[in-house]
Amino acid sequence: MTGAVTLTGNTTGEAHLSGFDLRAIVGSLELNSPILTASGCAAAGRELDNYFDITAIGGIVTKSIMLAPRSGRATPRMAETPSGMLNSIGLQGPGIENFIENDLAWLQQRGARTIVSIAGGTVDEFGKVAAKLRMAGGFDAIEVNISCPNVEDRGQVFACHPDSAAQVIQTVRRNSDNKIPIFAKLSPDVTDIVEIAASVTQAGATGVSVINTLLGMVINTTTMRPALAGVTGGLSGPAIRPIAVRCIWQIRNALPDVPIIGMGGVRTGHDALEMILAGANAVCVGTSIFTDPAAPMRIQSELEQELRARGFTSLLQAVSYAHRDVDHVMVTNALTEVSHQSDDGWDFISE
Amino acid sequence: MGEVLDVQRTGKYFVMSVTAPGIAERTQPGQFITVGMGGEESSMILRRSFAIQRVQSRGMYGGTLDFVVSPVGKGTHWLTKLRRHDPLSLVGPLGKPFTLPTKPVTCVLVGGGYGSAPLIMLAERLRDRGCRVDTIIGASTEEKLYGGLELKRVSTSLTLTTEDGTVGIQGRVTDALITTLESAKVDVVYACGPMPMLASVAQVSTAGKVFSQCSVEESMACGIGVCMTCVLPVIGDDGVTRMLRSCIDGPVFRGDRVRWSDIGTIPEGTWGKEAARP
Repeated sequence: MTGAVTLTGNTTGEAHLSGFDLRAIVGSLELNSPILTASGCAAAGRELDNYFDITAIGGIVTKSIMLAPRSGRATPRMAETPSGMLNSIGLQGPGIENFIENDLAWLQQRGARTIVSIAGGTVDEFGKVAAKLRMAGGFDAIEVNISCPNVEDRGQVFACHPDSAAQVIQTVRRNSDNKIPIFAKLSPDVTDIVEIAASVTQAGATGVSVINTLLGMVINTTTMRPALAGVTGGLSGPAIRPIAVRCIWQIRNALPDVPIIGMGGVRTGHDALEMILAGANAVCVGTSIFTDPAAPMRIQSELEQELRARGFTSLLQAVSYAHRDVDHVMVTNALTEVSHQSDDGWDFISE
Repeated sequence: MGEVLDVQRTGKYFVMSVTAPGIAERTQPGQFITVGMGGEESSMILRRSFAIQRVQSRGMYGGTLDFVVSPVGKGTHWLTKLRRHDPLSLVGPLGKPFTLPTKPVTCVLVGGGYGSAPLIMLAERLRDRGCRVDTIIGASTEEKLYGGLELKRVSTSLTLTTEDGTVGIQGRVTDALITTLESAKVDVVYACGPMPMLASVAQVSTAGKVFSQCSVEESMACGIGVCMTCVLPVIGDDGVTRMLRSCIDGPVFRGDRVRWSDIGTIPEGTWGKEAARP
């Protein structure tokens, strides 16, 4: 990275020398930085606060919370895979009331921007959790984890059916304050992710979070049984990054104005930049926290350097920049002018 | 970032000495570190956890620490092939340490395999407090015993057991523990080793009305309390069983509180079990 901050793209240059504008706009949600923690990889922020100042990144997306306390699944809950891992935790958690009393209160007192991830086994449960949150207040947005089995529909995953996904979002919307942004977290395990994205945004979602883990499986060749007690698990880590980038690209291409929070295997600022160029307005860091507890903070400063090295003066200029040959996409960048239309004079990082 | 100072083979294991500034100074017996595998561009994304055997202050290196590696998988094999001056990513010290008695009491330390490593530092601290330290270490065979020489130096007495009788008493550590508990008044048992051994040690200690502290070995993804993979059923002060994290609520637990035979399951009555769905 040394030398990456050398700037030749903009001769006026003044903006580069002062603090870089990392401000992120995700629909009605405005953040000081696009870097967030991914749900399920940061608990409720408290443990990570020992490794970096959690108020210095964009915000914390908390582990999905359900109505009642949950013990989760039996162990083994984890298996390492090439450049990734499988997990099958089963949404272990304290339930919404304990969460509000302890975790949310702590995050609020700590001054962290907070996106609360909620989950449910029925449409009604999602609504009840949202209603409890509305009563409590003290958070910035809701992320709806629709990758849960619907117990009322033979365990079919909400996220895999446009109608049931929309039903959940409608219910959460109805039970939430109008001003609270709601993001639907989409599963990539679908035939057409754009169809689901369109369905949830029509149902009242502010935007989408893409992607959740992919369903995978590992057999333990010593026991000659499935490696996970839950048999299948969610695949995360750098192995899934190209799939995440593809999903972000497809949604941005089809729905130019839909706010997107991108995630899936982001390990460096370079990876975060890739997602932003593909169309993400903000980026979550998940499994990389397990590899490096301070990853969100590191990735945030790496991202700033990557953006500077390409001559950008703000994050907003870079959002969806990879789509620039497609006419309609630039609409999302209406807030700022893209100052560089040609590659001439750019100072790219050599890798 | 740490740096490898030395890699020594001993029996089936390797002892790694590394620089660990900022970690070594704060380490208490029973705590662990996590080590990044395979360098920065590695396809092994999960850190491996190791109990800290000893910390030292070595002049120009600042704080250093030793840990024991049993090469069983891809990551641990990579680790044992490192050489002096190779860089190593370390996080620590992590986890709750062993609780030390305030009075000079009689302690029995039980180690299985390379689980005896953290007992070395523990024995030193207990002796510093004037405690009597009777140590029992065991393994299936002689090459899998670890730390005998050092433990002999720091313990009041040392007993060795091997299941095949290659050295010491033929049998298991629990056989020797039963004998010790029968022959003298013991105040506390400290143990580290494989889960089945810990289960037996806890059972024997509790049956003998002796307080026990066991350091568990569970597979962990993060080691810092955020991933929820390393959980096991533990009974709380309120009598309720909860799935606790080995990394941050442990790795040292009260032997009488862990539901050893239910590890790998969510036992009936566990907090939140009702709501769990298939």
